[in-house]
Amino acid sequence: MQAVIELDELRVTFGKRAILKDLSIALFSRNIGLLGPNGAGKSTLIHTLLGFCPADSGKARIFGHDIRTEMDQIRALVGYMPENDSLVADMSAVSFVRMMGELSGLPPEAALERAHEVLFYVGLGEARYRRLGTYSLGMKQLAKLAQAIVHGPRLLILDEPTNGLDPVARQRMIRLIREMKDSGEMHLLLSSHLLRDVEETCEDVLILKQGQIVHYSNLASERRANKRFVEIQTVGNDAGLTEALAGLGCECTAAGTGRFKMVLPEGFELREIYRVAAARDLQLRRLNYRRDTLEDIFLKAMEH
Amino acid sequence: MAVYKRTYKNYAGAPTWTAWRFLVLTRFGLNRVFQSKMMILFVGACLFGPILCIAFVYLSHNPPFLAAFSIPANRLPPVNGRFFYFYSMVQGALAYLLAAFVGPSLISPDLANGAMPLYFSRPLSRTKYVAGKLIVLLLLLSLITWIPGSVVFLVQASVAGWDWTKANFWLEGSIVMGLVVWILVLSLIALALSAWVKWKIAAGALLLGVIFAGAGFGMAINSLMRTSYGSLIDLSQVVHTIWSDLFRYDTGTDMSVGSAWVVLGLVSALSVWLLARRIRPFEVIK
Repeated sequence: MQAVIELDELRVTFGKRAILKDLSIALFSRNIGLLGPNGAGKSTLIHTLLGFCPADSGKARIFGHDIRTEMDQIRALVGYMPENDSLVADMSAVSFVRMMGELSGLPPEAALERAHEVLFYVGLGEARYRRLGTYSLGMKQLAKLAQAIVHGPRLLILDEPTNGLDPVARQRMIRLIREMKDSGEMHLLLSSHLLRDVEETCEDVLILKQGQIVHYSNLASERRANKRFVEIQTVGNDAGLTEALAGLGCECTAAGTGRFKMVLPEGFELREIYRVAAARDLQLRRLNYRRDTLEDIFLKAMEH
Repeated sequence: MAVYKRTYKNYAGAPTWTAWRFLVLTRFGLNRVFQSKMMILFVGACLFGPILCIAFVYLSHNPPFLAAFSIPANRLPPVNGRFFYFYSMVQGALAYLLAAFVGPSLISPDLANGAMPLYFSRPLSRTKYVAGKLIVLLLLLSLITWIPGSVVFLVQASVAGWDWTKANFWLEGSIVMGLVVWILVLSLIALALSAWVKWKIAAGALLLGVIFAGAGFGMAINSLMRTSYGSLIDLSQVVHTIWSDLFRYDTGTDMSVGSAWVVLGLVSALSVWLLARRIRPFEVIK
């Protein structure tokens, strides 16, 4: 099976500062979420994969094509939706998307036809002859998505696709991304600092911190592995509670005043928690028995 | 199926040839230029001079016309190097104005709107991007300079006969070379300014200023320092020196032809360097 993205000791520096530090990983999933705090190197990784930033050392491949020697082939396979405003304001949407399609290799007639199609598809059909400068922020995001998919890329790279969108527009964007990932051969690399976006659209998640990979996992298997996850909230003197629960085999950590998170061992009965609390004269105000969220995975990764 | 009912699907056709794909930029650039009626009128007006020249060449070899208006043929100015030198001066000046109007709108909107990542995430190199934009200007400026100049030459050759053509064939080379060099330098300067000054009007004004300020500074240097080296920063003087050499018409300039070529080469190299510094997928803010 061919890796979608393969990094091998990839290192990128700006001046004397290392932005990506010897990243090595092979990503096979259809939908990959790229997470990390600001300055983690998410955008730099995308820029390096697109050939915008030169790699100082190491290798990177997309569908087996080396970024150093086969950039034209890579760019032909990739659709990119950048984070920032990047639409030429005095062009109409259909003209701009058509031009981008032709630059990606579509013949003029096919580019025009597909420009109309993708603009209808993303929901800008009625506004496709309007100048891009008159679009709202949400419409601009959709137009950026349209230009990224006009040529039918095998890998769609989305950099913060829901940035600045209101809840309705965000939901629409997420639905479009999910539809595309379900519709064909397209792979997805979604960079975001919004965990919910990644959680709703991606199967795998790669977390970067300070230019290093701190976590890579499949979200579904993470959830399965953490299915006995409990959060409690107490009132009273909770000194010694963590130790008492640990004594029963729980992995327990304090998560703020009176709040505890724990992973329960196999065969553990929930009533044991009530018993321990009663023995310490603690009021148990809340007990959440829930699956691990991406937020938990992310926060754990950030502790590394 | 109606277009709005379609769901997303990949493009399955054959792609176009990569090597010439940058010409898409040229086509869209020309399309945007000719969306302006003012620009169409201006380009049309720029062709007024060449049409007059063609009419003059044709009528000056038309004995019935000359006889009808009692114009002695030997009193008409001959079509020679001097004729084409003045043709180049007029059309070269118009080309300069056209470059100042069109040039700034080629790159500055892409930079001002942050569109570079979208261009360069496609199989398009920086060189091809600049080439695509450069050809817009070269085509437009060719349309009003060396192409009609060559037509004037061909009309003269057809009416003056083979002997004149054989003796003056070098003129065609001079027309093409002199004007192509000028429009190439103009285009490079216009693109470089368009890349560095994001505000279109300011970029256009700056291009106009390059020539006028250069001429002013050149004169000031010459008179203050009692030298002639100041003329080297006067681009109009530089190109007139080259044209006077190519058209074998002595204008009495004291600048050497070699130094004029060196100045044009340096200006072009500087423009290319400025473009290379600026045309990047994204701006690195230090």
